Amino acid sequence: MTWPRLAGALELHQIGLELNGRPLLGPLDLAVAPGEIVTLMGPSGSGKSSLLALICGTLDPAFRSSGEIRLDGSDLAALPPERRRVGILFQDDLLFPHLSVAENLAFGVPPWVRGRKARRQKVREALAKADLAGFGDRDPATLSGGQRARVALMRTLLAEPRALLLDEPFSKLDVALRARFRRFVFDHARAEGLPTLLVTHDPADAEATGGTVLRLGEDPAAEAAPAAPALSKATGG
Amino acid sequence: MADALQPLTLPGAAAPVRGRWLRAIPVATLLLFLGPIAAGLIGTWLPAFGYLPALGGESFGLGPWVELAAYPGLGSSLRLTLVSGLLASLASFALAVSFLATCYKTRAFFLLRRLLAPLLSMPHVALAIGLAFLIAPSGWLARLISPGLTGWERPLDLAIVQDPHGLALALGLALKELPFLLLMMLGAIGQTRADQRLAVARTLGYGPVMAWIKTVLPAIYPQIRLPVYAVIAYSLSVVDMAMILAPATPPPLAVLVFRWFHDPELSLRFLGAAGATLQLVLVAAAIGIWHLGERLAVRLGRRWLFAGGRGHSGPWLPRGVAALVSLCVGLSIAGMLGLAVWSFARRWRYPEALPSEWSLDNWLRQSDGLLWAGGTTLLVGLAAAGIALVLVLGCLENEKRHGLHPTGRILWLLYLPLLVPQVAFLFGAQVIAVRFGFDGGWAAVVWSHLLFVLPYVFLALAEPFRALDERYTRSALCLGARPGRVFWTVKLPMLLRPLLFALAVGFAVSVAQYLPTLFAGAGRFVTLTTEAVSLSTGGDRRVIAVYAFLQALLPLVAFSLALLIPAWLFRHRRDMKVIE
Repeated sequence: MTWPRLAGALELHQIGLELNGRPLLGPLDLAVAPGEIVTLMGPSGSGKSSLLALICGTLDPAFRSSGEIRLDGSDLAALPPERRRVGILFQDDLLFPHLSVAENLAFGVPPWVRGRKARRQKVREALAKADLAGFGDRDPATLSGGQRARVALMRTLLAEPRALLLDEPFSKLDVALRARFRRFVFDHARAEGLPTLLVTHDPADAEATGGTVLRLGEDPAAEAAPAAPALSKATGG
Repeated sequence: MADALQPLTLPGAAAPVRGRWLRAIPVATLLLFLGPIAAGLIGTWLPAFGYLPALGGESFGLGPWVELAAYPGLGSSLRLTLVSGLLASLASFALAVSFLATCYKTRAFFLLRRLLAPLLSMPHVALAIGLAFLIAPSGWLARLISPGLTGWERPLDLAIVQDPHGLALALGLALKELPFLLLMMLGAIGQTRADQRLAVARTLGYGPVMAWIKTVLPAIYPQIRLPVYAVIAYSLSVVDMAMILAPATPPPLAVLVFRWFHDPELSLRFLGAAGATLQLVLVAAAIGIWHLGERLAVRLGRRWLFAGGRGHSGPWLPRGVAALVSLCVGLSIAGMLGLAVWSFARRWRYPEALPSEWSLDNWLRQSDGLLWAGGTTLLVGLAAAGIALVLVLGCLENEKRHGLHPTGRILWLLYLPLLVPQVAFLFGAQVIAVRFGFDGGWAAVVWSHLLFVLPYVFLALAEPFRALDERYTRSALCLGARPGRVFWTVKLPMLLRPLLFALAVGFAVSVAQYLPTLFAGAGRFVTLTTEAVSLSTGGDRRVIAVYAFLQALLPLVAFSLALLIPAWLFRHRRDMKVIE
C-alpha cells in the first residue's frame, strides 16, 4: 500500500514522538488537503504542541521522533525550519516588541519580493486586509488584543507559507473577539488554499472548523470524531 | 510501505551542520580561561619547591618553605589576614541575609535595589580610598564634627585606618561585598517564586522574617554558595584594598607575597611562590570550613525548621537591619563624594568641614597622567568586556541552538578565577608568559583582565538570555529567517538592555583590576587603578582623589549609558521598558 500523496497537502506518516525514552504520541497518520482545516484535541501533555514544533522543525532536541512528514509531496526532514515554509501562530501573538507594526510585517515578507517599493506594497496590502490601514508606524504594544492577533496572522501569511499551524491561537482572546478572529483566520487559510492544522482545548474551535477532529491521548475506540475520513486516524499514549 | 518507514530524527537532521564554528566557542572559552590558571598555579608551585631555572633554582627542595616559616611576622600576617577576611565575609553575608529576611519588598528594599548598580560599579580601590579619607582621624567625618562636638583642634593620634587588627580593611571589604551578595541573592530569589512561598508560609501563621528564613533562604542558598565562596576567597587574598586600609608592617599575607614578587632582590621570588601557595591553602581551608558549617547548619536547621516556631518579631528588627545597611551604603556614597570634594580642593585645613578654596588645578596639573592612565583603562576595559561579551553570547547561543542543559559543574569552572586567589597564580602565569615572550603587551593585559571579566559578564547575561521566550525565535524561523538573522535582528535587539548591562559590568570589573595589570603588563601599563594605589602611599590627598574619583567615574558612566541607550532607542516601544 502506498499512502496518498496529494498536491499541496500536508501529510504525516507514522509519526511518533518520544521524550526521555517515554512514548508521547503516535504512531500518527494524517493528511490535510489544501484549504482543509484539521483539528487536534487532547489534554495538556499529550504532545500536541510538540507535534506542531516537529512539523516546523523547531522541536527541542530532547525529543526523539520517527516517521515522515511531507508537504506538497516533498519530505520536510532535510529542511531547516526557515526553509520549510510552514507558518505557525501561537497562543500569544509574539509580535516583536522592538519593531513597529509595519516592521513586524516586513519581517515576514520573503526575500524573493525584491525592491523596497514592492516590499512596502506587500506590507500595505496586509495592513489593509487586517483592517489596520495607517497603523504601520504604531508600536505593537499600543494595539488592542484583536488588532495584534490580526497583525500576527498577516505576518505569518506574508511569508507565503505552504501550510498553516495554529497552536491554540484563540485561547487568550475574549469570547466575542474569539469567534471573529477565528473566522478571520479560517477564511484566510481557505482563501489561500493552505492545509491547516489546529491544536485546541476548546470544542467550539473544533466545531467552527466544520472539519475533521482528532483526539490525542485517548482510547481510539472511544474516539468519536464526527467527520473523521478514512485516512485519518490517531492514537497516542 | 517499507520505503516510508525509515526511522528519522527529523528536526535536528539539518541543524547541527550549520553553526559548527559556534560549537567551538565554549571549548575555546574554557581553554582561554582555564589554561592560564592551570599554567599559573603550576608555575607558582614549582618555584615554591625551589625549581625555577631562570633564577638558578635547578633542584627541588623545601628551602622556600623553611624560609617562609622563619619569616619574622608571618604569624601576625596570617592572623591579620584571617581576622579581616573572615570578619568581612561573615559580616557581609549576615547583613545581606538579614536585610532580605527583614526588609524584603519594603521601601528600603526597593530603594537599595535601585542603588545596587552604582554601588557595584565602585572599584575596590576608589572605595578603599574614599573610606580612608572618610574615617581617618583627619578624615571628613572627623572634620564635620570637629571641633564643635569633639573639641579636637588637631587630628587624633589614632590608627583608625591601617589599624593593627585589620578592622578598617574588614569594613572596606564588607562595604564592597554587601551589594554583590545582595545582587546574587536577588537573582536567586527571582528564580524561586519567593512571593508564593512567602504567601503560603504567612497564611500558615509564620511571621515575615521567619517565613523568609524558613522558606526562601534554603531555596536560594545553593545558588549563592559559589558567590559566597568567591567573597571568602577575595577577602582573604585582596591586595589592592589591603595596601590602602591594612597596616603595612606586617601586612596581610597577600600583600607580603606581592612585595616578595616585586622585590628587586630576585631570590625572594622563591619565598613569594611559597607564600602564594600558602595563600591558596589558606583560602581552600577557609572555604572548606565554611562548607562544613553549611552542613552543620543544614542538620541543625532541619530540626529547627520542623519545630514549627512561627517567630513574630517586633518592628525594631527590620528597622535596625535597615539602619545598618543604610550606614554601609551611606559610607560608600559619602566616600565617593569625599573623593570629589578632595579632587576640587585647593585648601582644606583640618577642622574645617569643607575646603576653604576650590579649584580645578588638581585636575589640570594631572591632565597628562590622567589622559594616559584613563585612556589605557578605557581601552583595556572595552577590549576585555567586548571580547567577553562575544564569547559569552557565543556560548549561550550554542547552548540554545543545540538544546544543551549546562550542569552545575560548568558553573564551578566559571567561578574558578574568582575562587583561586590572584596572587596564587598570576606570578606563575607571568613566568610562563615571559618564557614565551608574551608578557608586557596589550594582549597579555587584556587576556589577564578577561579571566575576571568573563565570569561576571556570563553571570549578568545568562539569566536574561535563557529567559527570552523561545517562541520568538521559533516564530522568526518559521517566517523564513535564518538562525543568524534571528540572532541579530530578533534576539540581540530584544536583549539590548541586559547586553549593555553585562558590558558595563565587564567594563567595571576590568577598571577595578590591579594585580593582573601589574603582572601581565610587566609593570609597563599604568591604569587609573595602578596609579591610584601607588599614589595612595604618598601624601597629597588631592592628587590621590583625582585618580580615585576618575576611576570610580568611568564605570558609573558605563552603567548610566547601559541604562540610557536602550531607554532612548526604545522610547516608542512600550513593551521594551523594564517592568518592576
